[in-house]
Amino acid sequence: MMEIGASLESVLSKYSLVTAFSLIGIMVWVSYLISSRITKGRIHGSAIAILFGLLLAYAGGVITGGEKGIADIACLSGIGLMGGAMLRDLAIVATAFGVRLNEFTKTGLSGIVALLAGVLLSFIIGALVAYAFGYRDAVSMTTIGGGAATYIVGPVTGTALGASSEIIALSVAAGLVKSILVMIMTPFVAKSIGLDNPRSAMIFGGLMGTTSGVAGGLAATDERLVPYGAMAATFYTGLGCLLGPSVIFVVMKIIVG
Amino acid sequence: MAIFGTALLSICLLTGLLLGKLLGIVIGVDANVGGVGIAMLMLIVVAEKLHQSGHMPQPSRNGILFWSSIYIPIVVAMAASQNVRAAITGGPAAIIAGTLVVAISFALVPLISRLGSSDDIDASVSVQQSKTDGGEQ
Repeated sequence: MMEIGASLESVLSKYSLVTAFSLIGIMVWVSYLISSRITKGRIHGSAIAILFGLLLAYAGGVITGGEKGIADIACLSGIGLMGGAMLRDLAIVATAFGVRLNEFTKTGLSGIVALLAGVLLSFIIGALVAYAFGYRDAVSMTTIGGGAATYIVGPVTGTALGASSEIIALSVAAGLVKSILVMIMTPFVAKSIGLDNPRSAMIFGGLMGTTSGVAGGLAATDERLVPYGAMAATFYTGLGCLLGPSVIFVVMKIIVG
Repeated sequence: MAIFGTALLSICLLTGLLLGKLLGIVIGVDANVGGVGIAMLMLIVVAEKLHQSGHMPQPSRNGILFWSSIYIPIVVAMAASQNVRAAITGGPAAIIAGTLVVAISFALVPLISRLGSSDDIDASVSVQQSKTDGGEQ
């Protein structure tokens, strides 16, 4: 019996990407089954699948203490490759295939407005929460504000400003909370915020900014909206990293001294 | 051949990422600025040109469509490799900051949508259109 277990593990580890395809395929299949049989289609199959994914990620984090969710378990490391930035970005770009250029240009201006509003809003809210929790210096407030933008803006801003590692970790955690909440909540609020056309999808992408959150949230809502949201979100992190350590930090310093 | 489509997709992504990185260097930011977005625009423009000149047969299209159709499973795998434990154990400040910013951003979507809402009719028409276009691809 031991030999069967060891052989299985060695095959699964050696062919980790194939293992990932199998496991994710089964997860998606079960999720769509739950969606149609139990929720009668009220909750989208992909929303359930993403939720399962997040639960698995939590379990993986608890078991291994690592940072890559379930992908930290050796024989499941292929999930990290399959869901990593490389294939994710390839698939996101592929979703734009067949979209007409004028649909982007028509909605582009709203996207730019949303981007600026989204970045500034995140910094303001993050900084206010930081202040409320007693982090009252401009460096910490700006760094946590960056984390409220995305979990990349936070550490980039914090490193540039020389924030402590505790503050940087906090900013990453805030960004992770944001990205996971956007993945889970988007399908449930989509109707009430009018998220059903390319324009609102682009505004949504610009406001939220977290690429993984937007990618997951829109996938669970309506796959056709993905390219619009992703297009705007892809500029968000860059904009946040640009404004955070510069303009926003200077303003923050003037306000709190 | 399907690889032509996949290669085109890959070249667009690499070029976009390169331009995004250079854009980041130009504005002095250690991040990729819009690389994926630039790649999306490139793919749209180049594929349209190739299509018009008859250089985009179905097998080549399939090499792109496969990746588009595997998008959701990839996102599920992405969800499964997130650092969810760190998000949950990050402490109340992180959870409150993340939650507040999501709630307020959601609320802003309809507000910004209403700015210049004269395009609304166009926008809803175009999603109808892409429904029929993209339906069974």
